[in-house]
Amino acid sequence: MALALQTFPTVKDANAALKAAGTRYLGGGTLVVRAANEGDVSVSGLIRSTDPALSAIAVAGGKARIGASVTMAAIARHPDLGALAKAARAVGGPAIRNTATIGGNLFAPAPYGDFAVALLALDATVDTEDGELPIEAFLAKRDDSRAIVSSVRFTLPKADGFRFLKVSRVKPKGVSVLSIAAVLERAADGTVSSARIALGCMADRPMRAKAAERALKGKKLDQNGIAAALAAATEGTAPITDPIASAWYRAEVLPVHLGRLLLA
Amino acid sequence: MAKVPVQFTLNGSEKAEFVESGTTLLNALRDKIGDTSPKGGCHQGTCGACSVIIDGELRLSCLTLAETCNGAAITTTSGLAEGGVLHPLQRAFLDTFATQCGFCTPGMIMAAKVLLDHTPNPSRDEVVEALSGNICRCTGYEPIIQAVLTAARANSQNAA
Repeated sequence: MALALQTFPTVKDANAALKAAGTRYLGGGTLVVRAANEGDVSVSGLIRSTDPALSAIAVAGGKARIGASVTMAAIARHPDLGALAKAARAVGGPAIRNTATIGGNLFAPAPYGDFAVALLALDATVDTEDGELPIEAFLAKRDDSRAIVSSVRFTLPKADGFRFLKVSRVKPKGVSVLSIAAVLERAADGTVSSARIALGCMADRPMRAKAAERALKGKKLDQNGIAAALAAATEGTAPITDPIASAWYRAEVLPVHLGRLLLA
Repeated sequence: MAKVPVQFTLNGSEKAEFVESGTTLLNALRDKIGDTSPKGGCHQGTCGACSVIIDGELRLSCLTLAETCNGAAITTTSGLAEGGVLHPLQRAFLDTFATQCGFCTPGMIMAAKVLLDHTPNPSRDEVVEALSGNICRCTGYEPIIQAVLTAARANSQNAA
């Protein structure tokens, strides 16, 4: 079934058109065009906006605002977003990174959406046509969202405060077994003063490892200090099963990889 | 379904066609314009066989809608040879036996061309990274990596 694409100069006009039944917003196309190619007949119309604000990156005062249409390739090469380059490069091969957008990544179902895992650890704010939402609330309600995401905002992590890891079977690039992002702050004595850990593939969408976060507080990042966090790592998870790995396998290896990330 | 006009430059030649709205660039190139060098493999953005270069960037034509390419400059593998002389990458793929069934080859060559356009003397790791979105089920990749490195060496010798 053919699709009708409608292009609007402003996000507001595009959002109005998105009210029509059967329409989906077209970002880069890695989710929506793929769905259409696979025969998803629920998609009959595609809406997009060429609003230049959607493609803008603004970094100032330790904060970043990234337009929803900004691609993973643009993030990976931006001089002020070096801390996120590893997470952006973890998405797909070069052609996918030239196409996949930060806005689309928020909607990517597991095992995709590795960059959204990073954004969840960064406690990003998602700006939509209906207002702003903390990323955790946005992800919880994303299936019902009809408001176009216009940008994502977050505080840039300190150079050594952000860690990201993606585990794939295929090297150098493959679909995620799992991904982990962590924002860690440490006190002068080296103990963890705050931890925000996000997991990919451990549910149908990125999720926080809240039990592990609690267990890390006040602990040093050494074998003994992280033991309780590793033991609690799978609490609340519901890993996906797909051709890459079973839910059992993902749960078994999560503490191993979380340990490597924390000790790195 | 309403048809929409699309106009772009393909391998240096102006092309203008009417396509059904929502037609992928892959289908427009193959079925409307007759350039069958991009291959339709998975149609999911996974295999890289449909890779083309749009305005200097490697893109997957199966995930790109033709009508979003208005005004763009598109390069496909069929446009690389000049006057019957193969492009150094094509020559290197032949010389190093980097093709077997050949289905992935145009996509591999597109990915390699973007790499060499930006990085004329890539390391082996850079070649592997550049080809990481392209799947080959025949060769085991090693001859393909060697072909790209061979083409890079040939380019640098010609430039010297």
